[in-house]
Amino acid sequence: MSDSSAAGHGQSSSPTGSDETPGSLTTADGTPLKVSLRRAESRARRKAFFLVLPLLAFLLITFAIPIGQMISRSVRNPEVADYLPKTAAAIQAWDGQEVPPEAVFAAMADDMKVGLENRTLGRAAARINREIPGARSTVLGTARDLDEMSPPYKEAFIAEDEDWENLEFWSLIKRETRTITPVYYLLAFDYEYSPQGEIVERPESYQVYRMLFLRTAWMSLLITSLCILLGYPIAHLLATLPLKSSNLLMILVLLPFWTSLLVRTSAWIVLLQQQGVLNDTLVWLGVIDDNNRIRMIYNQIGTIIAMTHILLPFMILPLYSVMKTIPPSYMRAARSLGATQLRAFVTVYMPLTIPGLAAGVLLVFILAIGYYITPALVGGDTGIFISNLIAQNMTGSTAQLRLAAALATILLLAVLVLYWAFNKLVGVDRLKFG
Amino acid sequence: MRTTAKSVSLAMAASVVALAAAQAQDKSLTIVSWGGAYTESQDKAYHQPFAEQTGTKILQEDKSAQALAGIRSQVEAGNVTWDVVDMLQADAKRACDEGLIMEIPADEWLAPGPNGEPASEDFIEGTLGDCFVPQILYATMFAYDTEAFPDGGPQTIADIWDTEKFPGTRALQNIPQKNLEWALIADGVSPDEVYDVLATQEGQDRAFEKLGEIRDNVIWWSEGAQPPQMLADGEATIATAYNGRIFNAQVNEDQPFEIMWDGQMFEVDGWVVPVDTGNEELIKEYLKFATDTQRLADQAKYISYAPARKSSVPLIGKHAELGIDMMPHMPTADGNFDNAVQFNTDFWADYGDSLEERFNAWLAQ
Amino acid sequence: MLGPSGSGKTTTLMMLAGFEPATHGEIYLDDAPINDVPPHKRGIGMVFQNYALFPHMTVAENLAYPLKVRGMGKSEIQTRVDRALGMVELPQFGSRRPAQLSGGQQQRVAVARALVFEPNLILMDEPLGALDKQLREQMQFEIKHIHENLGVTVVYVTHDQTEALTMSDRVAVFNDGKIQQLSTPEDLYERPMNSFVAQFIGENNKLSGTVKDVSGKECVVELDHGGTVTANPVNIEGPGSRTTLSLRPERIEILPPDNYANILEAKILELIFLGDHIRARLSVAGNDEFIVKVPNKHDEHELREGETTKVGWHASDCRALDPIAIS
Repeated sequence: MSDSSAAGHGQSSSPTGSDETPGSLTTADGTPLKVSLRRAESRARRKAFFLVLPLLAFLLITFAIPIGQMISRSVRNPEVADYLPKTAAAIQAWDGQEVPPEAVFAAMADDMKVGLENRTLGRAAARINREIPGARSTVLGTARDLDEMSPPYKEAFIAEDEDWENLEFWSLIKRETRTITPVYYLLAFDYEYSPQGEIVERPESYQVYRMLFLRTAWMSLLITSLCILLGYPIAHLLATLPLKSSNLLMILVLLPFWTSLLVRTSAWIVLLQQQGVLNDTLVWLGVIDDNNRIRMIYNQIGTIIAMTHILLPFMILPLYSVMKTIPPSYMRAARSLGATQLRAFVTVYMPLTIPGLAAGVLLVFILAIGYYITPALVGGDTGIFISNLIAQNMTGSTAQLRLAAALATILLLAVLVLYWAFNKLVGVDRLKFG
Repeated sequence: MRTTAKSVSLAMAASVVALAAAQAQDKSLTIVSWGGAYTESQDKAYHQPFAEQTGTKILQEDKSAQALAGIRSQVEAGNVTWDVVDMLQADAKRACDEGLIMEIPADEWLAPGPNGEPASEDFIEGTLGDCFVPQILYATMFAYDTEAFPDGGPQTIADIWDTEKFPGTRALQNIPQKNLEWALIADGVSPDEVYDVLATQEGQDRAFEKLGEIRDNVIWWSEGAQPPQMLADGEATIATAYNGRIFNAQVNEDQPFEIMWDGQMFEVDGWVVPVDTGNEELIKEYLKFATDTQRLADQAKYISYAPARKSSVPLIGKHAELGIDMMPHMPTADGNFDNAVQFNTDFWADYGDSLEERFNAWLAQ
Repeated sequence: MLGPSGSGKTTTLMMLAGFEPATHGEIYLDDAPINDVPPHKRGIGMVFQNYALFPHMTVAENLAYPLKVRGMGKSEIQTRVDRALGMVELPQFGSRRPAQLSGGQQQRVAVARALVFEPNLILMDEPLGALDKQLREQMQFEIKHIHENLGVTVVYVTHDQTEALTMSDRVAVFNDGKIQQLSTPEDLYERPMNSFVAQFIGENNKLSGTVKDVSGKECVVELDHGGTVTANPVNIEGPGSRTTLSLRPERIEILPPDNYANILEAKILELIFLGDHIRARLSVAGNDEFIVKVPNKHDEHELREGETTKVGWHASDCRALDPIAIS
């Protein structure tokens, strides 16, 4: 833009133009053009920023802060440190070899008095009870009888409940004084601290999360594959049929999309349950015996069928939007160059649909691994996903919110890793979501 | 310009004050319960008369299934919106220990019995808690569809495990509570030893193994309304259920269901008050009214749960609309109560965490 | 193949390629019927309107595609692809993607791809339609040269008559799904066989009239607006039938010598100076759109708008064709 005539004009129209170094532009009031341009631009930027400010605030409040809280919650462990503060301080010096000295017991007695008064002792007891079933009664029972006890507390406590002699019990309390703990992440992978403080695998009858993460992954993969299998031909039809019939088909695709999730899921229950339409028909046709009706719901089959149905539009729509942009001349070109219909489809058409296919796969798979309501309704016991156990850890009476937070954080990380890997493989900027 | 702004802000301040005053005058209570026929019985027996008498507006939420988690998050967030919550005794005990709900001095807060005896003596022994006012005794037990068993249905817990003699799907609740007890009873443990056995590792293994025997014949329910529906749909032939739900299906929907009272597990359900509601006086007034002898007896007109006050039992009469004698349908009635097992809330407070985890793992496998 | 849009030329092309079924009749290629041969076995190369270069393949992969599907060896493919790239003067572009090429380059690749497997016949469906005028003319010559060098038959669809006349040995003029005339460019212009062709190819003056008399190479036509002319009977049914006379503007002389067979009165309506010639719009025998091209010579008479003059032409230059409505 260093147009010499413009420069000359700028100088001559400026009263102070003669002071300026030759060649630099000024505006009518004498400020250099660059400066005033920068001012104007930054003003525009500020205005634009104010426009997006509500959105930023919204994202911060509804997204960033809750997720941050969830992640911080998943490692927090304040109960013992907060509600048994004196014990926590006193036990640090303990070497773990034999029953702690009287000082620790005395500190525990002090903490109990305060904890009973404030009714916070139950929170610490509940935390310990998680690791040693029955510890809750030991702590609360002893605390209630504290009035009748007198120092030395060590003997008094042990007389009240022999658990106070248990070294594992005390090592646990010592371990739990740490306010940041990896224990929920260990649990989330079916590991735990042994009484000796080593990280060990949980007993087999308690293992569930690794299996559920894996199940969530393979069932989501299966659902995604089924969606491709069913959605690809439909999307192709949608993109190639004449407008009139493709519009009708599009409505058929979108209609379930607009129907409530619960309605659709309930419809599957009506169809698939043992006294349902499908079983009735099979019995009526004589294919199966009335006493041997097939269980098609409240198990993995139910989850797979219902979720494939619900997620199908998320596969069809991006595929369709990409397929619609592929001119028929590509296929014709390939055919005229000597490729059979099949070969032309595989080597020319399919590679061109990859942006849509990839978008569909990403959408369906990520939606699937976080799905909750459908597995909850039709998954029974073997067809549930990891999100269902996250939910269970958030509600029920023995809820472990922090374990739920840890599981959710892992799920979030898994999605991010997936997204990253996908970006490496396909390139997210190439995706077409519709 | 200044003066307008001033008068506008004045007017706004005035209206805010007026609004706050109006809200303070407009007394309201948020009461959380289980929903369905149960909430309806409370509404008719407690809420409506109380609202009439005091002009209080009663808001109802059906959130009792998540009561403990709900109170915990409200108290932690410092935003308690629930005033009175209907809760199971076991959960109330934990909430009380954790300081989430108020202590309720029974004799001070609650109405005395008809003969002037203090409330603590009128309620059935072992039902009152430090923070808990019992309302009803209810049973969870097996019920079956009589049409599925023309030659007579199961009579004992052991029969439930006999899938050859009594074929068909069983609907059980997807929690370890009660299922593990029944499994041990079916395995030959005597009812009064069940909790001692279940406290040991071997006992737990034994219970899970026994439960595993019928697992292929089980579908799981989570909400109280489901089991009668599953029986009615033929999805299950035998189901565990709350006795009031089965009663409701029997009398209101004419379903051919039969309750098997053997091995029924009864527990107590009642009111708790979260801390920091800021509405204490009205709550006190409500609790005193809703848990007196007459009101508890009134609830039994609508649902077959036994009142928690001894003095209410003689007042149990007929169903309010159907005119059926209610007493024979109560879990506490003679004949129904013979082999009853009391649900041990202390045991579950201690072992609930670990058994629930194990149960969930077992269920998901 | 030349014709206005919707005249059926692309459909015909698609039938040749095998993408449209022929409902009637037979298609022969080198004397062999190909109606039932699927497109990929016809061995016909094709260049599409938008080139249809596969965007997910490099230029070299695009060129290799027809060879690959024929199961050719790797080294053979390499040599042929290199040769084809050399032929279209894009030897360094093999590893680029089509989107990285200019329109003209894409066009050349498309041509190279259609040629690389040495087909018997190449079909081109308005291949230059998307290019600007200058590039189009350059490409016309290049395609013509490739065609001449390789000796392969090219069926070329266009709606641009200049393009058709420049590039073709023979042109099929399409209208209403029918070939109106199939002949050399010169014949099309000089000897159109019907009014549509006369009108479609080049500029044309039309006069309506009725045939009075036909004798050998000449006929007498009575014009609707009075006067008779002698014409060359090409496409008329005989005395009494209606006809439209076709006259090329450059064959008409203003103030003709007396020996011209036809001389009519004309009024000059408009004169446009175009350098090498003057374009005159006249009113002749009721036709206000009568165009005459007057060569820009020194000795030319001065023309003025509004003046009345005389025009004339030879009988052989005035072709009596089938009657059409004159707007």
